[in-house]
Amino acid sequence: MSGDHSSAPVAAQVRHVEALLEERGVLDAGEIDRRIEAFLAGGSPLNGARIVARAWLDPGFRGRLLTDANTALEELGLSMGGGLQEQRLKVVANTDDEHNVVVCTLCSCYPIALLGPSPSWYKSEAYRSRVVREPRGVLREFGLELPASTRITVWDASAESRYLVLPRRPEGTAGRTEEELAGLVTRNGLIGTAAV
Amino acid sequence: MTDRFAPGDLVRTSSRDPAGHSRLPRYARGAVGEVVEVAGHHPLADERARGRTAPPQAVYHVRFPAAELFGEGDHAVTVELWESYLEPVDRRGKGRP
Repeated sequence: MSGDHSSAPVAAQVRHVEALLEERGVLDAGEIDRRIEAFLAGGSPLNGARIVARAWLDPGFRGRLLTDANTALEELGLSMGGGLQEQRLKVVANTDDEHNVVVCTLCSCYPIALLGPSPSWYKSEAYRSRVVREPRGVLREFGLELPASTRITVWDASAESRYLVLPRRPEGTAGRTEEELAGLVTRNGLIGTAAV
Repeated sequence: MTDRFAPGDLVRTSSRDPAGHSRLPRYARGAVGEVVEVAGHHPLADERARGRTAPPQAVYHVRFPAAELFGEGDHAVTVELWESYLEPVDRRGKGRP
């Protein structure tokens, strides 16, 4: 899987197999589309923003989130259970001297059930191959210039867990409500390619 | 089944180049890293990709210095790896087996 492949031979093969499965009555017409829609329903970066805002305001929740994210999600009525089985979520927190960034070098694993589809650059070969090797340079291209003293950890989603970055709370946000704080969080911040 | 490794253990990844599917990324083969955390228990993806059933085994977050993987860089890469990909490494002077 490598970014845009709508015209790749494999796409034609998939369409052919889908047509055969429908022709032989294994699948109803449109069943795959309906399954995908059901899987994506409710998935949005807004979920991630809510999680981050709660963690900024509630140190107890932050601790539970970093220890056992799946259980902590239930407190917000969220879950990683949108797929065939519930996936484990691993939340990694940025600090004053450490920054985290997520990639799936082997394909494009991403917490879709929670955040919705990943951005197209996340699936590009350029991002997947470069960010493990030269994260500081790649983050600079995203407009994120980190101090030389900031340590960078890249998380490769190479197995069954999915990842979410907990950004640092911006300065000057004291007194803001949870909803206002959630409005500051971007999808790139949840992946680690932006500060927030 | 008991987990073979625990957080803090040093491990070396397999340098084998398997013929079929593997979730051990090529850039992380034959490298020494430190187990950070157990990331659950799952059947080996290599076996599932071949249509075989396999018992669940531990999967670990393993942290590698970039210099160990690429010969340069000051960052770290944490890769999620099945126990079958890993062998123990002596941590000299600390009495580990």
